Amino acid sequence: MTLLLTVFAAIICTILWYKHAPKDEMKLSVLCWMYWGASLMWLVDAIFEYAELKAEYFSPAGADMLNDLFLGLSVIALGLVIWLVILLIRDPKGVVKAALFKKKD
Amino acid sequence: MACFIVPATEAIVTTIAAKVMEKKELKSEAAADGETTVSMPKTSFSRKLKWLRNLLWGGSVLLAFEHVWHGEVVPWFPFLTAASDPADAAEMLHEMATVGVCMALLVTAVWAVMVGVSALVEKKARAAQTNE
Repeated sequence: MTLLLTVFAAIICTILWYKHAPKDEMKLSVLCWMYWGASLMWLVDAIFEYAELKAEYFSPAGADMLNDLFLGLSVIALGLVIWLVILLIRDPKGVVKAALFKKKD
Repeated sequence: MACFIVPATEAIVTTIAAKVMEKKELKSEAAADGETTVSMPKTSFSRKLKWLRNLLWGGSVLLAFEHVWHGEVVPWFPFLTAASDPADAAEMLHEMATVGVCMALLVTAVWAVMVGVSALVEKKARAAQTNE
């Protein structure tokens, strides 16, 4: 479930990045790298787990699935928070800088 | 248990290598400034290394979070719950040697394919430009 959610997040981010490429004002590439990297690593984890559990791997218990769902959503949320921090620090549009140095009328 | 440590270590090495490579490229660029006229800019190797760095860091951070979620990484010494018990530590090392190494290898292999494809695209674009 975590792998599936991360792969979907990676695909959506890549589509959004491609739509605006070569411009990357929103730094969507950060999200793409992060989610694809995690997806590849979880894929390896899934392969090892499948080798151990065989067909049982595809029929997890309800509680495990729910826990994995929460984990997947939390991972996506963490990725978004990291991306937001990077976006605000790098501030490619100069919005944060403009807000900080804005003079009162 | 601690499989993310292997790709995280590779990420540290890649970050340093990319920095060193970038400095070298800037130096050689400055030395060759004005001497040659390149018709089409080539993607530098340091930039390609940054792709690998980003993949490794991104994956390692999110995987580390998963380990925190499962209680395998804790904010107090020795930080890895498996490290406090010798039997668990041996299992952890085995997992790092198998799953962790495979993770690092797969990410590096995917990156190598990306580098190969980008080199091919660049080569084709340059050939098309010279034919014009």
